[in-house]
Amino acid sequence: MSKDLSEVIGRVLPAPENHLSAEKMEEARKARRSFMGKALAMGAGVATTATAATRAVAAEGEEAILKLPAHSVGLGQPVAMEGYGKPSKWEGNLQRRESPGLTRVSQASVSFTPLQGLFGIITPSALHFERHHQGWWDIDPSKHRLMINGLVKRERVFTMDDLMRLPSVSRIHFIECGANTAPEWGNVALPSVQYTHGMVSCCEFTGVLLSTLLEMCGYDKKNGKYVLAEGADGSSMTRTIAIDQAMDDCLVAWGMNGEMLRPENGYPLRLVVPGVQGVSWVKYLRRIEVGDMKYATKDEAIHYIDHMPDGTHRQYTGIQECKSVITTPSGSQTLLDKGFYNITGLAWSGRGAIKRVDVSVDGGRNWRTARMEGPVLTKALTRFNIDWVWDGKPAILQSRAIDSTGYVQPKINQLRAVRGTRSVYHQNAIQSWKVSENGEVSNVQVF
Amino acid sequence: MKSPFKISTPAAVATLALALLGSSAAWAQTKPWHHIGRDATPAEVKAWDIDVRPDFKGLPAGAGSVAKGEQVWEAQCASCHGSFGESNEVFTPIVGGTTKADIERGRVKNLEEGASFPQKTTLMKVATLSTVWDYINRAMPWNAPKTLSTEDVYAVTAYILSLADIVPPDFTLSDKNIAEVQKRMPNRNGMVFYEPLWKVSGKGDVKNAACMKDCPVESTIRSSLPDFARDAHGNIAEQNRIIGPVRGADTTKPAPKGPVGSSALPATVVVAAASANVSDPKALLNANSCTACHGMKNKVVGPGFNEIAAKTKGRTDAEAYLIDKIKNGGSGVYGAVPMPAQPQLKDAEAKAIAQWIAAGAK
Repeated sequence: MSKDLSEVIGRVLPAPENHLSAEKMEEARKARRSFMGKALAMGAGVATTATAATRAVAAEGEEAILKLPAHSVGLGQPVAMEGYGKPSKWEGNLQRRESPGLTRVSQASVSFTPLQGLFGIITPSALHFERHHQGWWDIDPSKHRLMINGLVKRERVFTMDDLMRLPSVSRIHFIECGANTAPEWGNVALPSVQYTHGMVSCCEFTGVLLSTLLEMCGYDKKNGKYVLAEGADGSSMTRTIAIDQAMDDCLVAWGMNGEMLRPENGYPLRLVVPGVQGVSWVKYLRRIEVGDMKYATKDEAIHYIDHMPDGTHRQYTGIQECKSVITTPSGSQTLLDKGFYNITGLAWSGRGAIKRVDVSVDGGRNWRTARMEGPVLTKALTRFNIDWVWDGKPAILQSRAIDSTGYVQPKINQLRAVRGTRSVYHQNAIQSWKVSENGEVSNVQVF
Repeated sequence: MKSPFKISTPAAVATLALALLGSSAAWAQTKPWHHIGRDATPAEVKAWDIDVRPDFKGLPAGAGSVAKGEQVWEAQCASCHGSFGESNEVFTPIVGGTTKADIERGRVKNLEEGASFPQKTTLMKVATLSTVWDYINRAMPWNAPKTLSTEDVYAVTAYILSLADIVPPDFTLSDKNIAEVQKRMPNRNGMVFYEPLWKVSGKGDVKNAACMKDCPVESTIRSSLPDFARDAHGNIAEQNRIIGPVRGADTTKPAPKGPVGSSALPATVVVAAASANVSDPKALLNANSCTACHGMKNKVVGPGFNEIAAKTKGRTDAEAYLIDKIKNGGSGVYGAVPMPAQPQLKDAEAKAIAQWIAAGAK
């Protein structure tokens, strides 16, 4: 492909004469006949057989324009055919997926958000990552109760009716599992950003501030140093939260992206603990206890602890520190040809807002500052974009985020120098994606 | 832990009631929503306030022996965790990797750099015995949490501790001696509270500088995706959108050889979203945690469904036989690990699963 042609916008190129063999044409016809049944997308009619350089446009023009499609010459579907709408059937590839072999039991497992295909900062509710410790439930909200007890003047019970009458707020925050990117502490193990980074999501949550509830119950301001949050499901997940954080921005939330929480995300009630790992965002929240010591629950005494080189474990390390990743182009994607690309990705910090994101295309030697798209919110995903013209030579793409505290996202070797390689949690290193000459992007570590 | 505001005498009740009335009135003036909700009854608090703290506040009085614990273990726990808590089949092992020296020192040698023990078992990590008691009590057994009696929880805890020689085989664990046993936990001194990663306002422990130009970097790639991992997560072409600036690579094939544009684009296939149908026997298997122990085509704890189908093929009473095994459990047909009874299954559900297996488990 010549340099001039590579700059044609949209990369739609004139097809060379007789560019398909008779055999290939028959293949394309067969594929076309099974179009509806197998949903085999044909692009410009021959996309499955054409190469990137020969995206066919006949001399006269494209069939997609010259021959009016059914949807231009027929009657479409009526309103309310789907009482609750679904994504286009063409979008089926963007699904939550499990990582094979990660866990043995699907009720204590994870499904990953397809970050490689998402736009902006809001995660669609149906693609929000899942982490269940003992399976998920769809709880009757009329029977759900929240109890607040312990070091309070009045131990109280709230129905959903009660909670939803209270003054509410709506806040956009990211939630990230403490084990996101965990398999990559040592070596590269995962093919795509869905599996390396897909345990992060970002939604608008609506609920009552936990501080409102604690004040209503008259919590003990002198001795109440911690709260314990507890779920109503089989695992009855419990986590300790510092009282100053509980009184700051924690939400007892029922809303997510304008509707109620999804069952997989804790319907009808979950705790939102901005900036802190997802395990603290207790789902099916049934109880808040105010206490005067940390609780050392299973998921803060056996799991979600950081194994240090000297053999100790750091306990109660919940903050998700500043992190970023390029989502396109990213692992196991393939570029269609040389020329212009918009490098896009996400940055976030559990300590505040994203101040800046830099991007390197040469493995970290030189950096340029990316554009941050609004809104840039505290403890929320932030979308960044930067122009890039790919010359067809091998390149290594990296992003590096800086948050409002001035903290700079570290390199993997810097993380390992402090925390060793046997830790599972809180891996926030710079991610490297190698673009090969063949256009494929693959997961690598360089530092 | 229970509320510290215990009401012991009628006089105290009266005083407290007055105090509450007084403060209620004050709140009502400032917060018009203050009356929303209601007071919890003592029985309600007792029913839900089950947590046990590291200082053992919240621990109910009671006791359980290692011998009793072994019985409970074999019936309720061994199918997932193995007879000696060592099984890695379903969950990370509970027992293993600790020594007498660890019990003396309160630190586990196998957690230190250079140790060759392959796993981090529960007893290697956990510093607080309260954690073990609390978790078994609230979340075990896996498919029927909160069904163990207080005695059972003490007993199972004692049995686990005995497997690691933390308590002797004739021991009875109780609320009276549990604090003494805590002093023998192998990793009791192995936890560090690191405040900067607990507090939002803390400062991170790892530093990087925001160098922009000619930054020092190694010129070699230290790690790349191994070939076997290329399609270990399925075909990535089917995990990307069919339009846009990029496609997913066809990971069922090796990476193309030539430069970009010289070979065919990955075939763009749209897959259907995964979903479960409740009338589908496979959905029943998931909903009832059957898949926790049985794979479709592989042994997990129990045999794969394909193996059961093969073994019962040709039996004229296959359906009735399978219903009985599903509902009442059994052992010895596929190995020593018992299949627990599944009393929670409705007859129609057990029948649907049995029919599905008898028809070949496809």
